[in-house]
Amino acid sequence: MTKTGRRLGIYIHIPFCKAKCLYCDFNSFPCRDDFIPAYFNALKREIALYAERLKGYSIETVFIGGGTPSFVDAHNIYEIIEFMKNTFEMENCYEITIETNPGTLSFDKLMAYRTVGINRISIGLQAWQNRLLSQLGRIHTVEEFIENYNFAQKAGFDNINVDLIFGIPGQTFCDWMETLEYTASLKPAHLSCYSLIIEEGTVYGTRLKKGELVPVDDEVDRKMYWHTIDKLGSLGYEHYEISNFAKEGFKCAHNMIYWKEREYIGFGAGAHSYFKGQRFNNVYDIEEYIGILNRGCSPVENPLHITKEDEMSEFVMLGLRLIEGVRVKEFGEMFDRDIFEVFRRQIESLLQRGLIEVSNGFIKLTKLGLDLANQVFVEFV
Amino acid sequence: MASERQKKIRNFCIIAHIDHGKSTLADRLLEATGVLTEREMENQILDTMDIERERGITIKAQAVRMAYKDDNGEEYVLNLIDTPGHVDFNYEVSRSLAACEGAILVVDSTQGIEAQTLANVYLALEHNLEILPVINKIDLPSAQPDVVKKEIEDVIGVDCSDVPLISAKNGINIDAVLKSVVSVVPYPKGDVDAPLRALIFDSYYDSYKGVIVYIRVVEGSVRVGDEIRMMYTKKNFLVTEVGYMKPGGHDTCSELLAGDVGYIAASIKNVKDTRVGDTVTLVENSAKEPLPGYKKVNPMVFCGIYPADGSKYGDLRDALEKLQLNDASLTFEPESSIALGFGFRCGFLGLLHMEIIQERLEREFDFDLVTTAPSVIYKVTRTDGETFFIDNPTNLPPVAEIDSMEEPIVKATIMSPSEFVGNIMELSQERRGVYKDMSYIDEGRVILTYEMPLNEIIYDFFDALKSRTKGYASLDYELLGYKKSELVKLDIVLNGEIVDALSFIVHKDKAYTRGRRIAEKLKDTIPKQQFEIPIQACIGGKIIARETVKAYRKDVLAKCYGGDITRKKKLLEKQKEGKKRMRQVGSVEVPQEAFMSVLKLDT
Repeated sequence: MTKTGRRLGIYIHIPFCKAKCLYCDFNSFPCRDDFIPAYFNALKREIALYAERLKGYSIETVFIGGGTPSFVDAHNIYEIIEFMKNTFEMENCYEITIETNPGTLSFDKLMAYRTVGINRISIGLQAWQNRLLSQLGRIHTVEEFIENYNFAQKAGFDNINVDLIFGIPGQTFCDWMETLEYTASLKPAHLSCYSLIIEEGTVYGTRLKKGELVPVDDEVDRKMYWHTIDKLGSLGYEHYEISNFAKEGFKCAHNMIYWKEREYIGFGAGAHSYFKGQRFNNVYDIEEYIGILNRGCSPVENPLHITKEDEMSEFVMLGLRLIEGVRVKEFGEMFDRDIFEVFRRQIESLLQRGLIEVSNGFIKLTKLGLDLANQVFVEFV
Repeated sequence: MASERQKKIRNFCIIAHIDHGKSTLADRLLEATGVLTEREMENQILDTMDIERERGITIKAQAVRMAYKDDNGEEYVLNLIDTPGHVDFNYEVSRSLAACEGAILVVDSTQGIEAQTLANVYLALEHNLEILPVINKIDLPSAQPDVVKKEIEDVIGVDCSDVPLISAKNGINIDAVLKSVVSVVPYPKGDVDAPLRALIFDSYYDSYKGVIVYIRVVEGSVRVGDEIRMMYTKKNFLVTEVGYMKPGGHDTCSELLAGDVGYIAASIKNVKDTRVGDTVTLVENSAKEPLPGYKKVNPMVFCGIYPADGSKYGDLRDALEKLQLNDASLTFEPESSIALGFGFRCGFLGLLHMEIIQERLEREFDFDLVTTAPSVIYKVTRTDGETFFIDNPTNLPPVAEIDSMEEPIVKATIMSPSEFVGNIMELSQERRGVYKDMSYIDEGRVILTYEMPLNEIIYDFFDALKSRTKGYASLDYELLGYKKSELVKLDIVLNGEIVDALSFIVHKDKAYTRGRRIAEKLKDTIPKQQFEIPIQACIGGKIIARETVKAYRKDVLAKCYGGDITRKKKLLEKQKEGKKRMRQVGSVEVPQEAFMSVLKLDT
């Protein structure tokens, strides 16, 4: 349990999409538009279920993710946020993010977001080359992205994130340089650059298995990664998490909650929560989710009690995703234990392998550790 | 002179090629004689071990007594002795056969006689057993009973005019088999008044009664209270119980007489005192000569067995002790390896025996094991003249201290359809075999005899033989003795360190090929790690092969979406599980499979 007060993050999952990207293994369902009204009703019911339990909690961040939240009519989003404001303590909420995809945004939509208090827009661009976009199964072109980006600026958003992917089969190093260069020239406040993971059960996963897809060589992937760090660094972005870069003052506060082992509640199908020492998730299926809430029941499943030991491990494992690392003193304050005593064996071995370093009161990943972070994390599970 | 009682006894076994229906027929006979009702029958009751059922092979001999009433109302006692069926256990098979007067030969009506069947038939004929052919699977559309009958007559020379045509699976004509057993198999003839001579054909350990010894009384009689002596081990025991075997248990009786198959219990603590093939006699009025055919069985193949989790060493010892209670041919003693920690050097009759023990340890005792390459016993003569034996390559002295080495040589008898002669000769030559003899049983079948180093056989000779003869060839081998040979120790060096558990002794001419193949195999088995790992095969410091496992460049989950920490942890846990199955050898993590993979180079 954190001692830093009763702050809370809220995640809202919107599982609808125009089309599923070929690499996507998130809980999203294209062509289920007929469920949208019922889904938002269910969301409200779920939020209402928490009215009592969240008394005394102050919501600091809201993240509306998907799926494609911008795919649904803006009034849905508007109403949900209004509903939350009426249900929870939202006075101190300083960051409300919505994930969007080019091709689903309009100026009016963005204005509606702005009006209800959304102050951060995340746009999924992924690549600057239309041939790569179509290969990934994206529904938009780079031109649509530029247009949407300009709408967002015009609507008054100064905190815009752009999601990019490197290590896409067929993507050359030059493609990636170009993507970074052009995207950065728009001067977004935040950039997320993810190395593509081809997951089982996705179209890409199947193609990989069949040998129809040639994955990008690890060597090239890492070249792209380190180029990203150099390039964005030189442009004044702080590399603050393995895959995230921000201008000063624009780190994603909601994601920081995850890395800092703080509490959050997820609403919606398949949404995850960490609350009062438990991790749990909602049922994944949209219909099931709606059905359960229509009966007035809770959609929660898989509650997992997080022991003190789990919490310490998670704190280190998640904290090490941050470039600054884990603050030794913070660990001490949170758990009343010395991190070097609790994880002596792990820390010694990782230091010896050159994967972590200790400096200025922080334990952090080395450059090598950034490439091989799982080798570090695995020591803490 | 045989008594009226003996005239009502038939002792027989069943011989068959794998899958020709031996165990199914045994089940049907038990069912037909009312030993088991259909409800009680779990398939193939005689193969009691899981491994036996799965592999379709019999490892331990079993026996069961059945009562049979013929059409005239005459009552007979039928003793069925089930025999093991693999070259590793040839000696055990021969002792089981020696306890019988007849053998049912099951032949698949769709396949005809096969090489393995023939090998067993010859073994049975050697023991003067009456052969009773039975043609099985008669209800299959592809059945060719007449062709098969003719084949049996031609090849084995047994009259097939009255051969029962049956389907063991569907219970067709089972009674005819029982009738033929009574009419064809001779009754036992031993003198009941002579001094006791009983043949031990198996034994197993019972935690209440001590060792239960399966015997065939050849002459004389034995009852509770008798003091008995094992004629070879010269141990004396007081009989506490005698009886007959039935599936899943025993029926006690007052005495066993000449001709009977049954068991004795005599508070015997150790199966080593009841060797298969030994003769049981009485301390008073003992027999002058033991029964012929006894051999002390010595392990021929050795390997190191280590618990994957080092802390389970004590548990492994307990488990091996438990297995040894029922398996006198299993030996083990503690050893240690730099790569693997503490474990045991175990001795086996052959490769199958080794695999069975490993499998039982893993299944019945739930161990994760790491095993080293199998080795035979080598004879080493030092430059100072001292001679000694080693069963672990690690114990080989430095080359400079070795004057000469000898390796065990076996006489390998391979029986096969003649079309595969070329393949077999080629294979035997590859394995350093010296051709000795070739004789034709008939136009289509041939017996090849080779002298061959045992260490060539223990790798994958049997598998290779099967694959090059479409499974038709059978193999038997017996130890001939030791022979000087140009042997070298091949070491595997990982990241600059010798992995003792991977070292083995090989003929000089084979070292290069094998070294290269092992290095390649290890490269595929050892996962990428943080550093580049050179794999070298060396002979006495000279590198003969080299491969490299590249370092990994990237191992990172880029995204952690929507706070799904649990899933992320699960992925990492999976990664960690994989790591746990690794052995830390110096700075290199070696998966358990790597230690076994070096054995199967052909696949």
